[in-house]
This record gives sequence, C-alpha cells and structure tokens, in this order.
Amino acid sequence: MRQTLLVATMTATLVNSHQVFADSETETIKHQLDALKKEYEQRIQTLEARLKKIEQQQKNAEPEAQKVATESEQNNESSITSALPSFNPDISLILDGQYAYYSNDTQNYRLPGFMLGAEAGLGNKGFALGESELTISSNIDDKFFGQLTLAFSGDADNTEVSVEEAFFQTLGLGYGLTLKGGRFFSAIGYLNEQHAHAWDFADAPLIYRGLFGDQLVNDGVQVTYLLPTDIFMQIGGELSAGDHFPAAGSQNGIGAWSLFFNIGDDIGIEHSWQLGVNYWQADSIKDRKSNFLDTTSLFNGDSKIASLDFVYKWAPNGNPINKNFKFQFEYFDRHEDGSIAANNINSNYDGHQYGWYAQGIFQFMPQWKIGVRYDQLESDNSGSNSAVLATTGLLNSFSPKRYSAMLEWIPSEFSRIRLQYNYDNSYQNSDSQLFVQYTYSLGTHGAHQY
Amino acid sequence: MKLYLLPFYTLFLFTMSQVSYAQINLFACEPEWAALAKELGGNQLHITSATTAQQDPHHIQARPSLIAKIRRADMIACTGAELEVGWLPLLLRKSANPKIQPGEPGHFMATKQVSLTGKLAVADRSMGDVHAAGNPHIQFDPYRIAKVAQAMTARLIEIDPDNKAAYENNLNNFITHWQQSIHQWEQEAASLRGKSFVAHHESWPYLIKWLGLKQVAVLEPKPGVPPTTSHLSKVLAKTEKNPPDFIIYASYQSDKAAKWLSKKIGKPAISIPFSVSEDETLTHWYNTFIHQLSEYDK
Repeated sequence: MRQTLLVATMTATLVNSHQVFADSETETIKHQLDALKKEYEQRIQTLEARLKKIEQQQKNAEPEAQKVATESEQNNESSITSALPSFNPDISLILDGQYAYYSNDTQNYRLPGFMLGAEAGLGNKGFALGESELTISSNIDDKFFGQLTLAFSGDADNTEVSVEEAFFQTLGLGYGLTLKGGRFFSAIGYLNEQHAHAWDFADAPLIYRGLFGDQLVNDGVQVTYLLPTDIFMQIGGELSAGDHFPAAGSQNGIGAWSLFFNIGDDIGIEHSWQLGVNYWQADSIKDRKSNFLDTTSLFNGDSKIASLDFVYKWAPNGNPINKNFKFQFEYFDRHEDGSIAANNINSNYDGHQYGWYAQGIFQFMPQWKIGVRYDQLESDNSGSNSAVLATTGLLNSFSPKRYSAMLEWIPSEFSRIRLQYNYDNSYQNSDSQLFVQYTYSLGTHGAHQY
Repeated sequence: MKLYLLPFYTLFLFTMSQVSYAQINLFACEPEWAALAKELGGNQLHITSATTAQQDPHHIQARPSLIAKIRRADMIACTGAELEVGWLPLLLRKSANPKIQPGEPGHFMATKQVSLTGKLAVADRSMGDVHAAGNPHIQFDPYRIAKVAQAMTARLIEIDPDNKAAYENNLNNFITHWQQSIHQWEQEAASLRGKSFVAHHESWPYLIKWLGLKQVAVLEPKPGVPPTTSHLSKVLAKTEKNPPDFIIYASYQSDKAAKWLSKKIGKPAISIPFSVSEDETLTHWYNTFIHQLSEYDK
C-alpha cells in the first residue's frame, strides 16, 4: 500500500511539474527567475570587486605576471567564469530489461546443498523488465554525502518498489576515517558493493545466489580506515540489524557484523590489482525462511562467512578506453550451526557450504567486450535427522557448476546491449540459458568503483 | 654498523623525516598541472600525477593506488569543468581527506581560474560526451596557463604561507621565461595562421584560437563517440574536394581513423602529445608540439 502511494506521489509530482511549465503558472516562475538573476548579479558584482582587489595586489607583487595576464585578457570573453551553481541533487535512472530463454522449467530451479532466500530463483522466461533503478545522490553539505536508490521491478500484475540503498557517508572526516550509515550494500566481497547494472553478466555468481540471495544488504553502520601508506590499504567493519538474508529476525539490535581488509596497488603503468579478505557473522538467527521446491524450512542458529576476493586489471598505457582486460576471482566459505525445522520436524544442523567463481572480461575494441565466467559450489552438511535435511535439499553430494559467456556492445558509456549464454548445472538437469539484455543510464551517472 | 656513526645516522634520518614533513603533497589529475606545480613549487612540493599523457583523462578508473595517493594529499590540482567527473568525485569521497574537498583551499581547479569557450546553454546526451561547463582542454593556451600559474601560486601561499617568498619568486621566474617562450612559439607558428585541419576530437579550441588555425571537420561523429564508417565517409567526401593541410589527434587517441584519412587524402596525420611526458617541462612540451605543427609539411 505504502509503495503504491509512493509511486502515485512520484507520478503526481512528475506530471505536475510538466503542467507548471506548460501553462498558466509561468508568471510565478518568471518572477522567481528574476529574483534569482538579481541575486546572482549581485554576487557576481561582489566577486568582480574581489577579483579586482586581488589583481591589484598581484600587480604590486608581480609586475611581470600581470603583463601576461593582461595579454590573456584579450583572449577571454569575460573574466568571471564559474557556471551557475546547482543545488539540485544528481539524478540517475537505469532502465534494464531482457529477453530470457531457459531450456528447463524455471520453477524447478534449485541449488543443492544451499538454503536459498526468497529472491534467489531464476527470472521469468521471455521478455521481462529487469530492475529499473532510480538513484538520487548529492553532497548534503561539506561534511556528508547522501544517496537513495530505489529499485522498481515486477510483472504485469504487481509492481514492487524497494529501497535498495539509502545511506549517508562522511566526506573528508580526516585521519583516513569514513563513516557510512543507513541501508547499503555490504563491503564484503568485490561484487557485492556494485549495483547489478554494473556487473559484467546478467546474473549474479552462483555463490552470491546461494549465500546472499544475490546481494548482501545491511541496515546499519560501516566504518572504514584508510591507512596512510603508499599502497592502498583499508580496514573496515560493519554492524547491522541483521534482518536481511542470510541473517534474520535478530533480537538484540545488532544481528550481524563484519570485518574486511583490502589491499591494492599498480604494477607499472598498465597493471593494477586489489585483494580483499572478509569475514561476516550473524549470531542467533531466528526463523530464517528458505524454500526448496514445495517445502518451506526455518533455520535457527549462527552463521559465519569468510571470503577472499581478487581483481586484476590491465590496459595498454593504463588507458582503458580503447582496450582493457579484467580478471576477477572470489571465494566464499560458510559455516552454519543450529537447527532446521521443516514440516514441524526439527533437526540439529551443521552446515558447510563453499564455492568460487572466476571471470575474465576483455574489451577488445572501443565499443565491444567479451567475457567468460565459471562457477562452482560444494557443500558438506550434516544433521541429527537426515530426513529433514533431505526434504530441504541440504543432503546432496552434487556440486553445482555453471559456464557462462557474454558479448557486449557499448555504443556509449550510457548504453549497453548484452548477449549472454549459460550452460547451467546448478542441479542435476543441465539447463541452457540465453539472455539478451539492455541497460541504459539516463541523467548524471556517478563514477563506478574500481 | 660502526657504533660511533650512530648519532650521524640518527641525525640524517631526523633531517630526512623533517624534509618529507615540510613538503606539501600535491596530487595533480593531469600531467600538465603536475609540471606547472613543479615550476611553481620547486622543492617545497611532493608531486604525483594521477594520469599520463598517454591516458584519456575523461576515462580513468578510481584505482586503489589513486585512493592511497589522494588520501595523503594536501592539495589537488585538476582541470575541472567536468573533465574528471567520471573518477574524481569518487576519489574525493573515498579519500577521507578534509583538505581537498570542494571549497577547501586544497581543492584547486584550473578551469575555475580562466574563462572557457564552448559553453552550452542546452546539453543533451544525444550530442555525445559534451561538457556543458565549456571545453576543458585549456592546456593548449599559454595565456590561460599563465593565469592558472598565478592562481596556483596564490593557493600554494594560502596553504603554505611560510614559503611565500619562494613561491612568489618561482612565479616571477616562470612568467618571465614563459613570456619569452610565448613570443618564440608565436614566431615559429606564424606560418600556421589560416591553416586548416581535421581533428579526431574537439580537443583544440584553445590552440585554434591562439595559433589562428581552422578546424574543418572532426573524425568523431559526436564528442566521445568513436569514428564510424558512415561518418568517416562523410568526412572523406568533404575533405577530398577541399583538402585540409593536416590531420591532428591526441597521443592517447586511437590513430586508426586519422591514418586512414591521411592515406586517402595524402595529408599528414600528426599525433600531438596531449600533455607533458614524464620528467618533461611545460616549455619543452610546447616546444615539441609547436615544432611538430610548424614542420607538418616537412
């Protein structure tokens, strides 16, 4: 209901703003503009006065310098240059959609050995809208930066709006410290902090799907400390409420915490790399829901994840615009300890799941990229009641694997068409998957992370 | 180690650390501002450049090494006017460094110190990768460089008032020398007045104005969009009838289109270094490309 209301309000605002420009209220705007203009004229006058004063001072100090400056004056249209400052936040809209083909029935999808969150299935067959994203961000003042990212998704019958990220972050706090608070993607793992549209493939790596339901979100705070060293080193930690998968229903306020360390540098001018080690833990998870085929199960207990990520990039002369290569590897290892309930039967549970993916992306000419990826997962779970584990899909010696290849056409940095093929062995029946995906970026588009 | 030398070692280490503490860490986004800072700051500055002349300053990634460097910077010297919009804001946010945030004395943007040409009243993405704030490639106007030099000196003095006299002295020396050089370059390039050329990208409005050149076509169909076959054939049709004197492209840009056209119309394609090379001075760099241009037909 709230979401519908939000959409309604936003639509109303958009429509209204159009009408204002279209019809009778132009007069009011004219007045406002005039007032603005006056204000700016005044400001410019003060600036000019100040500039004159400074130039006078410089004249006295450096006669030679002044001579050149006077000559340059002939080349200049005017000496006051700064564009009108804009107090509007940056608005960026991502339009994303795809055509998907799966040779298997998507309803049968499963990932043996892993308890999947609600969002971890496959998308719809055929044409489907992906996640459209609206991001509004800005420096709030000289101390804080703020960002809101709304994700719109859904099919013909219902539209879902979710707050993907809504956070503040300190600007130049000093001593290498940065504080972030609100809802944000956890810094655990290399890919996790990136929005889905910045990924190199249309879908998340299997290990992300298996452990996080594609992405780990925090409602909480994050502190990072950037060391004053020649090479990049950063330590950080997060505290979160722990109500997002794979944590759930925590009682004591802080449901999950994490630690991460990143190190990175250049090798010469053409190569750069970054390595990360991460740890995440949630204690006393309460009633975490998972679905396996028709069975819904509940997990209670502790969950611990350790991971390693590595990225290497190459560009001739360190100039990535025409040609570049990226290699990326991530490994995650999770231990869970507690109990599982399914169909009102309880079992002790000792779970161990781990997996990795590796991918290479090569931009071989200005507007074209190719990429390959390989995923592999393993699990080793045990419990007091093997029937419970079996009905929840946790007892399985099968190792999920997936091979992916993609080709991208990038007409400009604001548009991308992607063709991707997966040979997916997530479960025993191998599945051929094909995606044709478009991603467009409208408005100011912020810089992407390394 | 001989023990009696210990005090000397200690003293040596102490003075070393003193020197490195006294230095101002300057992070330049482009090599031209690193070179200018070197002229103006001399030994007072420890300068790093985020990019080289071989790199497109529009498209740099916020690499870990750059974050580590900008974290320790006392001042940044960048072009501004949206040139670094794809990477500098992210570096600033990641830096956790209060000295270099917008509005602080350590945040120095060269294009804020001069006027820009090519400002757009309306900017639309269908126009390509345009800069609404004006064309940022001011390093090709020596007069604007002189203005930036003055402003940069003022900023250095604000940050490091103890060395005011040294900075002022450096500025005076630089300007005197720069002015003589401008005179020489203008003489050497006098024959270029009125010459026409085809450019790869809209990189040269300031050079055009200064040397009186005439740009007749651009190889990119829109700024930032790589040359397409259909656009190139249009450029060819236009230039075959009325051939320009030469074709120029920046050192970091792909040479394919320029060389192709050069072959078709039999005019030279010149690769102009877009900025200062490592360990090169601004004057040397200007000498190089002025010489390249004025000798285009040799």
